[in-house]
Amino acid sequence: MTLPGLFPYWVVIVLMMIGFYMVIAHGNLVLKIIGLNIFQTSVFLLYISMGKVRGGTAPIIASGFSTYSNPLPHVLILTAIVVGIATTALAAALIIRIHGAYGTIEEDEIHRQDNSL
Amino acid sequence: METLILLAVLSFLGLTALAILRLRDGVTAVMLAGLYSLLSAGVFVLMDAVDVAFTEAAVGAGISTVLLLATLHRTSRMTHRPTHTPLIPLIVVMVTGAALVYGTLDMPAYGDPQAPIHQHVGPDYLRDGPNTTGVPNVVTAVLASYRGYDTLGETTVVLTAAIGVLALLRGRRQGKERS
Repeated sequence: MTLPGLFPYWVVIVLMMIGFYMVIAHGNLVLKIIGLNIFQTSVFLLYISMGKVRGGTAPIIASGFSTYSNPLPHVLILTAIVVGIATTALAAALIIRIHGAYGTIEEDEIHRQDNSL
Repeated sequence: METLILLAVLSFLGLTALAILRLRDGVTAVMLAGLYSLLSAGVFVLMDAVDVAFTEAAVGAGISTVLLLATLHRTSRMTHRPTHTPLIPLIVVMVTGAALVYGTLDMPAYGDPQAPIHQHVGPDYLRDGPNTTGVPNVVTAVLASYRGYDTLGETTVVLTAAIGVLALLRGRRQGKERS
């Protein structure tokens, strides 16, 4: 069974757009961050899927294997995952501060309080 | 067989994302986001990125879930319906998605060994890495040796974020004591 050659990329784009929709359509700040994480993980998937070689194995050199997938996207995404968790932590801290200042984490409520000042 | 497994895990991933999209309860959404991370770690294994899968399972499914649960614990759990009319975001997302799909049309097929990405430094690392660095895992060799300065920069980013989080949350506790 063979899939059309671009199929994994299209699935990844659909996932990416679900995350993007969450970021712009949800008013709840925590749900926005979850959407951002979904978007981010989908970008990781896009990079990793480009590094895959048909019939290849994980890029750990061992006897008995000759075809390996490309290690370069793996390295880039390892860095990106760690940077991603750093931004998530910072966003979570900001949400806690926003809740402390406004008493809510709903975007519309925050705007309403800002405008009534 | 591998294609079937990939197809199954990718559809689970899609279903989880759709479920998160429909949720209004923060805690359930965070738990499902952890599941999404774990499933994507499964996809990484299928695409031969075992180091990335390991990191994603630990960091994405573990630490990220704990962080967001702690945030919800300190704020509020339930959320209202989306505030904006869903029409405009939907149009924006559709247009962006269509543009991205259009962009994939001249990409090399998935798994194609002749793709440009496999013609540049990747094969050099695979050929020379174990001899130059003495590490059989090429991902580790590139991360810690060839691109060690990038990894140093990455730890700087983490340090900056940690300072930011501490600065934000320390102020809060003092503020509470005052009030």
